[in-house]
Amino acid sequence: MSFLLFQISCIIYLLSAATYLFFFLSEKKKVRKVARWLFFIGAVLHTLNILFRYLEAGHTPITSHHETISFFAWATAWSYLSFRWRYTVKNLGTFVSTLVVVLMLIAAFSSRQIIPLAPVYQSWWLPVHASVSLVAYAFLALSFIGSIMYLLQEREIKQKRFGLFYSRLPSLEALDKLNHHCLSVGFTLLTLGLVTGVLWAKQAWGAYWHWDPKETWSLVTWFLYAGVMHQRFTVGWRGRRIAFVSIIAFVSAIFTFWGVSFLLKGVHTYAS
Amino acid sequence: MPRDTIVLLGVNHKTTPLVIREKLAISGGYDQSLDLLSQLDGIKECYLLSTCNRVEVLFTCREPIACSNRVLEMLFADAVTGKDLKEYVYHYQDEDAVDHLFMVAASLDSMIVGEAQILGQLKEAYRYAADHKSSGFVLNKLLHKAFSTAKRVRTETGIGASAVSISYAAVELAKKIFGDLHDKKVLLIGAGEMAELAAENLVGQGVADVVVANRTLQRAVTLARCFNGHAVALEEVFGQLEQVDIVISSTGATEVILNKEDVRTVMRERRNKPLFFIDIAVPRDLDAGINELENVYLYDIDDLNNVVEMNKSERDKEAVKAERIVAEEKLKFTKWLENLVTTPTIIELRRMVDEVVMGEYQKTVNRIEGLTDGDKRSMEKMASAIAKKLMHHPLQYLKSDHHCVSKTERITVVRGLFNLDNNEFLK
Repeated sequence: MSFLLFQISCIIYLLSAATYLFFFLSEKKKVRKVARWLFFIGAVLHTLNILFRYLEAGHTPITSHHETISFFAWATAWSYLSFRWRYTVKNLGTFVSTLVVVLMLIAAFSSRQIIPLAPVYQSWWLPVHASVSLVAYAFLALSFIGSIMYLLQEREIKQKRFGLFYSRLPSLEALDKLNHHCLSVGFTLLTLGLVTGVLWAKQAWGAYWHWDPKETWSLVTWFLYAGVMHQRFTVGWRGRRIAFVSIIAFVSAIFTFWGVSFLLKGVHTYAS
Repeated sequence: MPRDTIVLLGVNHKTTPLVIREKLAISGGYDQSLDLLSQLDGIKECYLLSTCNRVEVLFTCREPIACSNRVLEMLFADAVTGKDLKEYVYHYQDEDAVDHLFMVAASLDSMIVGEAQILGQLKEAYRYAADHKSSGFVLNKLLHKAFSTAKRVRTETGIGASAVSISYAAVELAKKIFGDLHDKKVLLIGAGEMAELAAENLVGQGVADVVVANRTLQRAVTLARCFNGHAVALEEVFGQLEQVDIVISSTGATEVILNKEDVRTVMRERRNKPLFFIDIAVPRDLDAGINELENVYLYDIDDLNNVVEMNKSERDKEAVKAERIVAEEKLKFTKWLENLVTTPTIIELRRMVDEVVMGEYQKTVNRIEGLTDGDKRSMEKMASAIAKKLMHHPLQYLKSDHHCVSKTERITVVRGLFNLDNNEFLK
């Protein structure tokens, strides 16, 4: 059942992304409305998928690679929707839906097997630590998208050559605000994820910090984001500079999320 | 008797970069330049237009090439090299000159097609030429025709409806940078007409506050009052930069008034809040390097053109219609121009006929006695009526288009027939 839901939501996301792309090129408002609804329906079905998976597995489904990526996609979709509720950022949907589809496809191609949870993971820290961290990643992913959009738009305005993006992307200020908002929420959650991780480590392995590769890289990522926030509040960094650093920090976050698990072995490797 | 050639020389935003245009702009005012122009050898009538997008000279003369060189020499030789002149200055004669002038007046040659400012600028330039008596019979007619053509284009096409001025383009950009303009402040440096228009557009978009800085404070105060803003002295501009978001500069200063380092300091004070500079002055007021600073955007007039290009296509359809009107009016004017060749003959012919009629009438009246005033008047009327009837066809022959006989030939025939060239009646 959960797999069927996963497949349907994946297809609907795909349709939504295609429609968004069509809107991006044609700029027809009706098309956007369709895309929005598709995306919303996809997100709802995806939620059901995760709930069913929870019931089937008997534990929070954020342990295998498939589950983690799927949850990441889900969190990105909903943090975007939570954002959209308050104010619109023109064509953000196009970029977000594309990212969500990419994540869903990666999840679809990794093993969907339900793996029994090792005793060390059987704790209520699991849902808290894992979901908080992934939602943090979702917001940071939005900030990453916002930064890319900012750089694209800024380039055209600065160079005074107006191409594909000028009319299609929102104003620089809107993108900077989006960035600020997502960074604030993302950084807060990231900190929370780190703290819960540390507490859980103490409980599970007896020490707060192991210098496990994943821990080390999380710390690097955290420092990068802390740096961004600090510069923003003290010196008043904005726009281009923030966008640049935010992109670099997100690459580091993705490395923490993926690279570390596959390239460097440690306690965090996904159950397999 | 060939008529004078109408010559139009100039540069505009299409052919010439701003760097050259600002050097060519007539800085000494129309008065001085018009005086110098009309003193030039061979120039019969002249008129001069200098706006931020174009500098154009219109004159009539006998030897177009020699006179053009003299005019260019006088107006521009100090500012740029001969090579630049050759490269950038366009050169129209007669029909092409008329066509160009009408296109300009109808705002079809403008940077922002359909904007209304150009007609006002044209009229002002004409007023100078008329005051100096440097425009005469031909140019007066030509310019009036240009005004009426512009009016026709405006009323008969939709080109003015979506017409926007430079300032509209600036507003578009401001929206792309700031999104919402409701909490933004605008600073006008220089209180010219362009700046006023730009500010009006921005206020229409809900800008929160307008600050006006001007050399003469009185003008700044008056303008600021229109927008419920406030005026400051030109020296206070630097302090204002920390608080405003959009700066529109349009002073007549010949030097750069704000350079890169000034703005860099300001940005630190502003904690990098974005700042958008619009430089609509020619020559430019602001250092081009300002655009290289982070979170600072600088657009000059040429740059704004690009923004305009994007929503141009809609107006282009109306422009086709407008161009048709211009072509029609041009045709009418060139007919008038061609008829100008026959005008002296027509005048002479009429005068001769009038004198013959009056002479014979006087003779007759003097011979008959006992005529009342009423009788005299009737006789006079009858005599001139007969003459008019007889002259109708010869005059028509001169005026109308005859495809098989050329105009000069017809003139010779009529002059010969009526012996106009050695007539005893005409002194």
